[in-house]
Amino acid sequence: MSKFQFPESIKSRPVYGTLEPRPGKAHLFVADAEGAEAILDLAAASPDLMAGAHIIYIPKGTDFTEKLRDLNPAQFYEGPTYAASVQRLRHVLENAHQGLQVYLTGTEGLMGQAQNEAMQAGIPHTAIQTEHRGSVARRMQCVHCKGITEDVITDPFVCAHCGLNLFVRDHYSRRLAAYQGVCIDAEDPGNVPEPVELYK
Amino acid sequence: MTIQFNDETFRDDYSFYNSDWAIKRFPFPFHEDSYMYAVNMEQHRGGPEGSVYEKRFDVDEHYVSEMRDRAMVLADDPLRCQSLPHMTLAGWDLLELIMVSKSEDYPDLFELHRDGNQWRWVNKPLGIDDTFTFLDETTLPYGPMEYITRQTQGDFCVLDQRDDMLWMDAGMVTTQADWSLDFDIGMNFFEWHAPVPLAHEKGIFKRALKFLLNIQQGAPARRLNWTMTVNPLLDTSPENYHIWGIQKTTLTPENIGSKQHLRVELQTFFRLPRSNALVFPIRCYLCSFQDLMTMPKWGRRLHRVVRDLPVELATYKGFIDNRPMMLDYLSQFDDGLPTSPGVWPDQETEPPLQK
Ligand code: HEM
Repeated sequence: MSKFQFPESIKSRPVYGTLEPRPGKAHLFVADAEGAEAILDLAAASPDLMAGAHIIYIPKGTDFTEKLRDLNPAQFYEGPTYAASVQRLRHVLENAHQGLQVYLTGTEGLMGQAQNEAMQAGIPHTAIQTEHRGSVARRMQCVHCKGITEDVITDPFVCAHCGLNLFVRDHYSRRLAAYQGVCIDAEDPGNVPEPVELYK
Repeated sequence: MTIQFNDETFRDDYSFYNSDWAIKRFPFPFHEDSYMYAVNMEQHRGGPEGSVYEKRFDVDEHYVSEMRDRAMVLADDPLRCQSLPHMTLAGWDLLELIMVSKSEDYPDLFELHRDGNQWRWVNKPLGIDDTFTFLDETTLPYGPMEYITRQTQGDFCVLDQRDDMLWMDAGMVTTQADWSLDFDIGMNFFEWHAPVPLAHEKGIFKRALKFLLNIQQGAPARRLNWTMTVNPLLDTSPENYHIWGIQKTTLTPENIGSKQHLRVELQTFFRLPRSNALVFPIRCYLCSFQDLMTMPKWGRRLHRVVRDLPVELATYKGFIDNRPMMLDYLSQFDDGLPTSPGVWPDQETEPPLQK
């Protein structure tokens, strides 16, 4: 099962829901990896939606692509990475007509970044839904060098940019679509605990 | 009085010091022998003569050196000053508020001459004499918020008010108690306060927000907050924590009196006229333990507050590891006598240390 119940947390941490069909002519889906399963579930409940659906999907090594294609969405795009897909996403959002429904599902990093794009394009937040599926990895910003490390799965972790050992905070910035990572051994250099998988 | 400005540093050799005048007027934040978060807000309508509450924007002996330190921080990291595009008008509001207040409250230090939108601003301590067009950004060397807050002690958050919520959409933040403007910009009141322990559960932020949303122009408010800092380091930023964090481990029983500082923030709240934004100046005052101990009442009280502070707060404020050493030091200044109510040192009436 690709669903995970996140523990209670602080107020800046986003909470995700369950995708629900909403009335509308156009439906934009942005998903990565197991997010595909949320789309499949939604389509099983409301097959009519697919006639107006545009799916932007980043498989990240999973193999849901054929199943998604079999839903016969009006448009389907498979991107190799989120970064490669973002120009297309922006284009779709900029040219969206009123009433577009946006469905974001998969990892937190994907949902956060795509949500930013949608907000910047002026999509009302009431028209944006999110559902977490799959990996609980986090997109982390190093507060020291400002570099983003994608798909962080352990605490602590090594910043992909400056190499500092960072601990994973729950403090989250929607603008950056990232959690904050802070040096863990500043007061005791070299004393870095063994990395533990998040939520373990 | 005319202010003698100290030539001092808040980094490297830490030559910062407080004169006897500055110690006496230090905003000691504890009105009783214990401390817990509360919605501790009151009107900001002056205070006793010479106190830090007297003027709208207090200027003290650290002014010139603090502004030099701010310029260094900004040169290293320009992201400490940010303003989202819709906040420029609020920046002008803030510039006006500070220029009018300072020129009225300190006429010997600051002058503002206005002829329609042609303004001349004279800042004598910093040697500035600029003429510009109000509301025309091209006539200033920086945006209006940055221009005026490079000349005003304390950090500044400028909050946009919409949907019955405050949004941190602009700020100048170089003397912060370990939080990042660059990370928090764009957040709402509950989001940027998310890391604070216990206060959400007590409903403090809900009540505080309600109060803030209703602050009217001309009726500013204020409160105090505090933490602990080893060495008189103004820029305790998360950005540089990997560099300054180690300084917390340099305390010894011999140097704690001079190295350990109580860090107090005088926080004020002003409604801005054109933008309806709220500005939140956070003015930081530092005082070493040994200087605080010259006031017998403060010595007795600080020991009791630090001793009885809940673990969650001592951890959040970052001094849980040093608390035992602090208590060893502070207990020497606590003879068990009762303390008078209120924050003032009451030097004339409080008995000297009976130890
Ligand atoms: C709108 C103006 C305000 C701004 C911009 C502001 C900003 C902040 C920030 C950035 C922090 C640090 C959070 C972190 O750990 O990352 C903080 C802490 C805190 N704030 Fe505010 N705040 C405001 C008003 C208030 C008010 C009115 C209260 C009244 C109760 C309050 C109570 C607190 C408390 C209790 C803390 C924890 C401080 C500590 O223990 O050192 N704040 N605030």
